[in-house]
Amino acid sequence: MVFKQENIKNLALVVAEQDVKGRSLWADARKRFFQNKAAVAGMVVLIIVGLFALFGAQVSQFTNDEIDFMVIGQVAELGGPSFASGHFFGTDDLGRDLFARVVQGTQISLMVGVVGAAIAVIAGTLYGATAGYIGGRIDNAMMRTVDILMAVPYMFVIILLLVIFGRSISMLFVGIGLLSWLEMSRIVRGQTLSIKNKEYIEAAQATGVSSFKIILQHIVPNLTGIVAVYATLLVPLMILTESFISFLGLGVQEPDTSWGALIFEGAGTMQYGTLWQLAFPLFFFVITLFAFFFVGDGLRDALDPKDR
Amino acid sequence: MSTSLLKVEDLRVSFSLKSQGDMPWTKSRVLQAVGGVSFELKQGETLGIVGESGCGKSTLARALIRMVKATGRVVWMGDEELLGLSKSQMMKYRSEIQMVFQDPLASLNPRKTVGQIIAEPLRTHNPKLSKDEVVAQVKAMMQKVSLLPNQINRYPHEFSGGQCQRIGIARALIVKPKLIICDEPVSALDVSIQAQVINLLMELQQEMGLSLVFIAHDLSVVKHISNRVMVLYLGKVMEVADRDDLYDNPRHPYTQALISAVPIPDPKIERAKDVILLEGDLPSPLAPPSGCVFRTRCAKAQAICGEIAPELKAPEEKEGTVLALEKESTHRVACHFE
Ligand SMILES: Nc1ncnc2c1ncn2[C@@H]1O[C@H](COP(=O)(O)OP(=O)(O)OP(=O)(O)O)[C@@H](O)[C@H]1O
Ligand code: SF4
Ligand SMILES: [Mg+2]
Repeated sequence: MVFKQENIKNLALVVAEQDVKGRSLWADARKRFFQNKAAVAGMVVLIIVGLFALFGAQVSQFTNDEIDFMVIGQVAELGGPSFASGHFFGTDDLGRDLFARVVQGTQISLMVGVVGAAIAVIAGTLYGATAGYIGGRIDNAMMRTVDILMAVPYMFVIILLLVIFGRSISMLFVGIGLLSWLEMSRIVRGQTLSIKNKEYIEAAQATGVSSFKIILQHIVPNLTGIVAVYATLLVPLMILTESFISFLGLGVQEPDTSWGALIFEGAGTMQYGTLWQLAFPLFFFVITLFAFFFVGDGLRDALDPKDR
Repeated sequence: MSTSLLKVEDLRVSFSLKSQGDMPWTKSRVLQAVGGVSFELKQGETLGIVGESGCGKSTLARALIRMVKATGRVVWMGDEELLGLSKSQMMKYRSEIQMVFQDPLASLNPRKTVGQIIAEPLRTHNPKLSKDEVVAQVKAMMQKVSLLPNQINRYPHEFSGGQCQRIGIARALIVKPKLIICDEPVSALDVSIQAQVINLLMELQQEMGLSLVFIAHDLSVVKHISNRVMVLYLGKVMEVADRDDLYDNPRHPYTQALISAVPIPDPKIERAKDVILLEGDLPSPLAPPSGCVFRTRCAKAQAICGEIAPELKAPEEKEGTVLALEKESTHRVACHFE
């Protein structure tokens, strides 16, 4: 015998003693997600854009409202992107540093997207899960309310809000927050309805676990997959909404800016030969949206419950 | 010794169905899923309940633990009537009556570890237990159902169907119940594993003095484990008798058909025996046949069967003494020609 009987016995004992680590569904999903190249690339892009928004201001040699009088009036000739002048992305039509402005616009746009999605996640999940779990008349009333709110032309309402209460970032958040959770609550409610009839919920009810605990411990953890997917797809939608409003000239207020506002300005000056004013904000806008969609797609594939 | 644990009298469950497009004033249709079931279960014994899919077995089980609205009486240990209890009064009995479900994997939350799943009833009923105490009890229980205690941190999807059902059994046993209602606990398992799970249940029953209500859709599964067997058809009891009595001497045409369909291991006998085929489909429970509910598929049906519903009684019992449960071992049949 090559192995000593004694050793094998000891090994078996040790193996039996130690608690084996489980492989949770999350761990499985993480592994699948990291096998998806497009999703990983999307995540890398998002991290880079995030770092750009956070630390870009330190790199920049100008602030977003500082006018460079050297280039004013000659933007097409002198305001182009160059390292020598310190305007890495060139300047805008008023001679302000475009790099600084893109950094600041990225901050606003990402914040709008993330805050909108966060409101949707919290309000939508709680509202939808409650309606779905309670069911019956309360569910009916809650969901018809959502239907009615959804029928309101929200763009019109947001524009009205901005016109009446004046343009401000907080008003923009209020407007976007008001509409973002509606779709989420519907999705969550639908999912809750199907989870509610699972036998493990019945098992919990049969042993006397309270409804509150069932929602928190059994329903919400099984919702996180779909909520995470939908939230990542919601961020670009929020960014698009904000951009559209800014494009209409109703978004953030000068000197603050956002991707939409920058693209709007860049598009307006395109014919004067200052194409970079459009190209840089548009580039960030497009890669971020694509990155979010790829990550959302990757999450959906990774978390697909049918797969397990 | 053999005291009554659970006495059920005339249990009825009906669902009122509304379809999507119905107007608020449309009358909803009534589906009687359980139509007057009575039985008595003694401590340490097993009642097998058999019937086709859709005959109301699960609904009956769920009515016993107040998961659906029911009428009738469910008497627990001779004194407490469960159907009339409030939600908080019922809590005490939720630990004494536990349930094991049909689909082993679906009855376990995929996001929780085995340890968390088994501990849930314990945490609910003994919230004061310390964490270590809970883990110790869970591990001991895993050992009891032949699971390796070191697997406590694994997730349900890492186990086979049979192991998942052991987890479900461990979860039911952790609060030391007096009665376990097993709703088709082996229907989703391979035949070889069915036997293991049934044997495990019988061992645990011996060891812990459990009573079981064991639901299955065919007679061969409950034969081994039951003391008494009840045959259901469209929510009604067709026949109820002690195990050997029922298998050796089935008196109801439906039971006879079910028993004739059970394969016999000896090929000679198997080939020679007559299988009574059940013709036609199960009638819709929304529109059950008049009179005897079995008459649409019964070979012996006569005119009277469509007019008068036969009562469940032993031949020696007089008409009208339906609930005479004093002799528990009586063989009762619901058929006019018996
Ligand atoms: N919540 C409910 N609402 C309406 N009808 C129901 C409900 N639950 C069950 N039913 C109906 O009651 C009848 C009995 O169902 P039940 O689930 O008790 O059958 P079963 O004998 O357990 O069948 P299976 O062997 O398939 O599990 C069926 O016709 C079913 O459609
Ligand atoms: S009462 Fe009639 S229909 Fe019903 S089982 Fe007996 S013979 Fe068949
Ligand atoms: Mg069932």
